Order: sequence, then structure tokens, then C-alpha cells
Amino acid sequence: MDHFDEACTAVQAALDAGARYADARIMLRRTEFMTARDGDVEDLGSSESAGLGVRALVGSSWGFYAVPDLSDAAARAAGRRAAQIATTSALVPGPPTDLVPAGAGEATWASACEIDPIAVPLSVKGDLLVAATAAAKSAGADLAEGIYQIWDTRKWFVSSDGHRIDQHIRECGAGLTASVHGDGEIQRRSWPSHRGQYGTRGWELVDELDLVANAPRMAEEARALLTAPLCPSGETTLVLGGEQLALQIHESVGHAIELDRILGWEAAFAGTSWLDLNQLGSLRYGSELMNITVDPTIPGALGSFGFDDEGTPAAKRDAVRDGIWVGVLAGRDSAAVAGLDYAGSVRSDGWARLPMVRMTNVGLEPGPHTLDEIIAATDDGVFMDVNRSWSIDDRRLNFQFGCEIGYEIKKGRLGRMLRNPTYTGIGPKFWQSMDMLSSETTAWGTPNCGKGQPGQVGHTGHPAAPARFSGVRVGVRA
Amino acid sequence: MTSDIARTGAELELAARLVGLARSIAGPTAEAEVTVRHDAEALTRFANSMIHQNVADATTTVQLRLHLDGRTAAAATTLTDPDGLAALVERTIAAVRLSPPDHLWPGLIPPTPLHHSAGYHGSGERSGLDFGFDEATARAAPGERASRVRDFVRAAGGLETAGYCRTVYSSAAFANSAGQSVEGRAAEAAMDGIARLNGSDGVARLASGRLADLDGAVLGARAAAKARAGERQVELPPGRYEVVLEPEAVADLLGNLAAFGFNGKAWSQRESFAELGADQFDPSITLVDEPLGSRSEPAPGLPFDVEGTPRQSLVLVRDGVTKAVTHDRLSAAAAGAESTGHASAGSRTWGPTAAHLRLEAAPAATEPVLPPADPTSPTAESARPLVARMGRGLLITDFWYTRVLDQRSLVVTGLTRNGVWLVEDGEVTSAVGNMRFTQSYPQALSPGLVLGIGSDTVLLPDRWSGVRYAAPALHLASWNLTGNASG
Repeated sequence: MDHFDEACTAVQAALDAGARYADARIMLRRTEFMTARDGDVEDLGSSESAGLGVRALVGSSWGFYAVPDLSDAAARAAGRRAAQIATTSALVPGPPTDLVPAGAGEATWASACEIDPIAVPLSVKGDLLVAATAAAKSAGADLAEGIYQIWDTRKWFVSSDGHRIDQHIRECGAGLTASVHGDGEIQRRSWPSHRGQYGTRGWELVDELDLVANAPRMAEEARALLTAPLCPSGETTLVLGGEQLALQIHESVGHAIELDRILGWEAAFAGTSWLDLNQLGSLRYGSELMNITVDPTIPGALGSFGFDDEGTPAAKRDAVRDGIWVGVLAGRDSAAVAGLDYAGSVRSDGWARLPMVRMTNVGLEPGPHTLDEIIAATDDGVFMDVNRSWSIDDRRLNFQFGCEIGYEIKKGRLGRMLRNPTYTGIGPKFWQSMDMLSSETTAWGTPNCGKGQPGQVGHTGHPAAPARFSGVRVGVRA
Repeated sequence: MTSDIARTGAELELAARLVGLARSIAGPTAEAEVTVRHDAEALTRFANSMIHQNVADATTTVQLRLHLDGRTAAAATTLTDPDGLAALVERTIAAVRLSPPDHLWPGLIPPTPLHHSAGYHGSGERSGLDFGFDEATARAAPGERASRVRDFVRAAGGLETAGYCRTVYSSAAFANSAGQSVEGRAAEAAMDGIARLNGSDGVARLASGRLADLDGAVLGARAAAKARAGERQVELPPGRYEVVLEPEAVADLLGNLAAFGFNGKAWSQRESFAELGADQFDPSITLVDEPLGSRSEPAPGLPFDVEGTPRQSLVLVRDGVTKAVTHDRLSAAAAGAESTGHASAGSRTWGPTAAHLRLEAAPAATEPVLPPADPTSPTAESARPLVARMGRGLLITDFWYTRVLDQRSLVVTGLTRNGVWLVEDGEVTSAVGNMRFTQSYPQALSPGLVLGIGSDTVLLPDRWSGVRYAAPALHLASWNLTGNASG
């Protein structure tokens, strides 16, 4: 059963109420999650949600209304309501709004999925988390926590430009964290990352993580961290693992190249960007090793789709090429304001939320080295990996990250384990100091990207590999 | 909005009916609890001094949790027609039979009446419908939000502006198979905006249970005054500074203390600094979670949590002594305590968290008499007496992107935002560029380090509706600023 008719009804009602453009998306989403602690299932929940969101453009003003009712009458009322809200927006108007073309048409798309994650028996999924947390607990963790999350989303999108697109996207992932309690501090190690690994794939992704086999090592490393020396303070050569570099990309590149931030649309909350559109195509963002792409076509990555929530087909695009800033994440209206000819990066986190500029898969193309080669080529420095904390200013310049684990690098070899490793810097200065980059890329998934008012949670992907940076300040402490 | 407001009693009827349906299928030994919740949120957002996003939605969600044969499962749906509800019951029963054993199940709450707020009487034994509820806010039309945005933009006098005006209406009912049956509703309004001038941002932010309390012109003028006073910023060297935190920044302290310090699960797992009965804070500090409002402040949220536990005021810190942490039924069972009414959809995993934290203000009589406020001053009214007493230090408006480095000691890093000023001999002498800090929050509030608390409390919204802080300004002896935002 499809829902194009209800979406068409909503769009037509908005047009009849005065909108010069309207679109509607109907979404059916099932979610499931489970958490476990110390060998016991802690929480298990699922949800089923269905609704319709309508966006109407009246003059230069937008309105949006959403209802959890897919009846014809509700769709018609929602279309009218969206147009009425847009009319009210004109009380504080702005310049004329245009939309760049979105390749209107009819299409169907589905993410690849070998094992339907919702169909895997709860007992199997529960046994996995119970076994993994029990293994970590047995290996010395004071607290062992595991989690899996599943999202199964079907969308029907219709616009007054002629779109009729349906998509079926299945996402899932899992992770494990082992914590140990010392005298006034907590150390933790997570596998494969703090929140786990996620993608637009089936349960085969979770199987590949091998949570149970990795659990004891997490507990042992967390215990060892308690007695490891503190990360030294000062400037040094920093080698980052791929998981940490993924979040570095997310925070200091992905958000910075969001066109709505650059245009000031997020100024009061998420913030703006240090990037100036006048420098697009000429600004040096990083070293020549830095090649960042926006690519929602990567199979299995968490930020992948067939079409964004404005109906623009997924396409790979450069954001940084040979260190020069060349592209942004854009929507149809923001691209028109900026004088650009492409969109494709607009999504909402559900039928009840307004689609907005979001990261898709924003990643670093691989380099020529391996992590072992990078370590071997480093005389003195620090290696850090797996994110523990993250903070960045509202222009996406000044960042400070903490990692779960660090190691000193001495004369081309990893040395002692270091606890509480942190580093801080300024985005472009940091990226310009990148002088070695590995080819060992993983597309890390970030399932908790917050943005927008009312708040929305986005799912993004970040291909990243280990890399080396020079002259970085490490060891920031209270 | 009228059609979005549910008929009184309808949600409770539905909740009770679903409890019966679940037990008729799962069997009489099944323990069942149902929450039926309706939320209508409308938010008018502006940037570049124009309304650029204007949204509204109205959603009813039904949540069912079942405990059967030692196993537990929960499920929710927005499909509230008979088929959708039948599917919810079937799905939950199927899930509970396939679930691993739940050794942690704390049981259901027995019949327990709601607590009534200080100023308002409930409409009946089961009902919290009159907890200061403001009908006009619940029914606010898009034009009422847009007009406040217009007033904010105009009052900023040509400065670029951005922000939002939000109204939220929530109603809910809870029923369980142990006989608990409660309902309630709440409305809230918030406005949050900045004015911008040559790289200087000023903010004004206010929450209330009544939209009528929000004056866009007053807030716009205040944000603009801060932005104008923030031009020509100097950079200061990193180091420990005496600070006056305005209420917006204090709200960040309250949010992090609630989420990580007074979180009953974190406390049970020894991941919190909190020690009950210990003198952990300066004697001037009293922290109270106040979900029920008062005669002058409509209730900011519903009068019960998702487990049906009635909410009430909870003193977390009195005169510097840690008195309590927040519990849901699970964390309470683990701690040998009673639930404090802080269960949420995520509390089993993330822990129960206070959502309406208040830092008690100082008595007004303790403050010096000051000359009338200068409308061009960047200093918030609540902070004026504290700034007047500061020899040399920083006046900080707001914090941004604060993240925990170590949960046990609650060491947090983040940045200042929306205005920082150097204060010398009680006077603001220059604007200061944003700085990064790395600071233990409880350490900053420890005995002897709180130099003063403002007498004027400001109600502040959180980024998520349903969460509100009550904060005066705060004068602290030391705050560890670890770098300039510019590098």
C-alpha cells in the first residue's frame, strides 16, 4: 500500500489555500532498541509512528504543519493549515524565496539489507547484549553497558513540482562500553565506538561488530587506564584514530559547510559558520591531503539515501578538494539564496519535523599511508582514539575533544598508555597541519546529530581513516 | 488550536481501556501500564530578522509497558485508531514473550493521589488539571507568536536578529493494572532571541506558563543592548577568573548538575559526585526541583511521570548539603529508595533527571541599593548587585556546547556565548571575546567559592520543551578559562 494519494491531497490543499509551492511527506517508521547492563537486559522498547508533514511556500514565507492522521480529511486540513501558517510568517517578511531545481520525477529507492533487523528474534538480540556485557563484567568492568538501535522508515514524498518518490530505509547498529571506577574518576572503553557503529544496513552490520569477542579487551583497557599516566600537556604531534577523526570531520567540517548556518539561519541556536561564501573556491581549509566529499550514495553508510527530503537525487559532490573549500551542504531554498545550482542535503528526522539542511555522508578521502606507517614515521607524539567528549564554538572554529584512550609515540613506536587524553585547536589551522593520512577508511555512523528548533536528531555518516597533525595542543585539564 | 486540545477524561478512558485489553489477551497475571499523551508544539523561528521557519504539529502517542512471566517490554504508537491500538497490544505481548528475563523489574505504582501545587487545587482526587494551566497559551494562534517576533525585531533597532517564539500544550493520562489512574495537562511558552552587531551577539531568553508574560519588545531591546555593549572586544589571557554568571549561564550549570550529578542511576552506579548528607556546596546553595509551579508560576510540566508517580517538589541541596537524587522506580529499587517521580521514556537507560531545577535566589534585603538600571548596560538585572561587588572579573552571559570530560567530578568543557565583559571595581570596562573553559561544576560551587547569588530569578527554557530552569545570577570566586575561542 502506498500513500501518494494522501500526500497529493495535502499538497493540493496547500496550493488551493494560496501556496505557490508545497510538498508533503508521509512517513511510517518503526524503531526498536534494547539496552543491557552487567549481563541483564535493562530496557527494551519499540515504537510505530505514522504521519504527514506539509510544507507550504506563500510569497516568500514558509509554513509547516504535521499530523499523525493519514485520512483524506486530515491531509486536506493539514495542507490548508500549512498555508495559513506561511501566511502568518509574512508578518515579519524577508526577501523573495526561490527554489533551485530538484530533478522532479517518480522514483523508488531502498537501502540494501541482508538480514531484516526487526525480524531477528528479540531473544537473539537480547542474548547478544547479555553475553557481551557479561563478558566485559567478567573481565573486570565495574559497569558494562550494551545497546542496539533499529530504524525502519518508509517515506512517500510528493511536491507541486511533480515529485512522487517512495523510499524504504533500514538502519541499525550496536555498541558496548566498559567502565571502571577509580578514586574520584571513571575510565571507560567502548567498542567499536562510544555510541556504537551504525549504518543503512541490516543486522549483518551488528554481527560483524563481534561485540562479545571484543568485550573483555574493553574492560581490561579501561582498568589499565586507571593507573596509566595522564596525557602530558603541551604542543605535540597528534595521531588520531579513524573513529575520532570521524567526529572531528563531523564537528569542524560537516557543520561548518551547512549552507543554512553560513547564511545565518541557525544563528541563534546551532550557530553560524566561519566560512564566507565569497571565499568558496579559493579558501584554504586544510593541507593538500584534505579531500572531503559529500556522498549520500555510499552503500551502507548511515547518511545514505536515494533522494533527500526535497526530492533531490543523491549525488556525490566535493566539499574540500586538495585542501581548498569548494562545496556546501545545501537545500533548494538556501542554494537559491547563495546563487548555487545544487541542493540535495535536506532531511527531517520524522514526519512531524520540518526538513532542513543536514549532513549526509561527509567524509575524508583515504590517503597513501597506513596507521603503522604513520606511527613509524613519528619520532615524538601522542596517539588518541575513540571519542569521549566533544565541544566546539558556534562558528565551528574552536574545538576541544577528549578521547577514551591515548598512547605516547616515541621513536616510531607506540609507548605507554595515556589516560584522559584531550586536544584542542582551531579548525583550519588544525586541518592545514595534517601531513600524513591513512588509507584504512571506515564509514563511521553518527546517529545523534542534534540541530533545529524544535530539535531534530539526524543520522550522518563519516568515512575517515587515521591521520597525523603537527603542533597540536594536548592535555587540557580543569 | 482548539481542536488539538483533547476532551478532558478521554485520554484517561483510553488508557484504562488499553490496560484492560492488554490483560484480556496477555492474561490476568500481566502487569500493564499505559500512558496516553497529546503534545501540540508550535514554534515560530526567525533569522536575518525575518520569519524563516514556522511550524506546528499535534501528536498523540500511546505507550504500553507489560511485565509478564518475569519479562518486560514496552512499545509506543501514534496510530490511535482501533487497528493501531490492537497492533500495539499484539506487538507488545509478542515482544514480552520473546524478551530475555528482566531481573530488574521494580513493579507498578499502587493507587497514589497527585500532589497539588502550592497555589492551586486539583479538580479532583485523580486530576491535576488546574495546576496553573493557562488556556490562552494552549490555544495560542500563529499570529500571537509572529507578533512577538515582530516586536523583538523592531525593538532591536535595525540590528540583525534571530531566535524563536514557542508555545506548547501537553495533556496526558496514565493508568496501570495496579489501579493507579491520573491525568493532567500543562502549557508553556518561551522566547529566545539574539541581536547581532559586528561580531557581537546579545541574547534575551524567557520562559513562562503564560504566553502573555512574553514581551517581544522588552526581550528584543535587551538583546540589542547587550550586542551594542559587546562591540570592540579584547582578548584576555587564559586563567582562573572571578566571574558573575548571568541566569542563562547558570541554567547550564543546573542542566548538567541535573543530568549527571543528581541522576539517581548515575548515583547508584557510583558515577556521580553526589554524597547524601555531605556538605558538598557552599551554604548559600539550595537546589530544588519544582515540577508543580506555584501561585505565581504555572506548572511547567505534567503532575506525574511516565510510571504514574506523582511529581512534587524535591530538595536536592539545602544550604549546601546534598539531600537527595532523582529516582524512577528502577533506580529507586536499586537504591532502596522511593521513586521521586522522575521516570521518563529514556530514564531506564540514561537515568532519571530533574527537569525543573531552581537555584534559590538570595533574599532581596541582602543587596545594596543601586541606582536605576542603565538601559544601555549589558548587565542583567539579576546580576547588577553582584557585578557591583566584583573587584576584577568577568561578567558571562551564556554558555555553549558544554560537554562532560569526567562524569564523576563533573568536569565540563564549553565556551562562553552571547556576551562577556571585563568588570573592574564593580564597573563593566570592556567587552571580551568568547573563551573556552574546562571546569568542575560542583567544585566551582563548593564551600567558600560562592560569593553571591542574585535576588531576581529568571525562568529559562531549555532547547527541549518540557524542561525549564529557574535561575538567578551567580557570583563565583573562580572559573577556569582555558583558552580564547579565536585560538
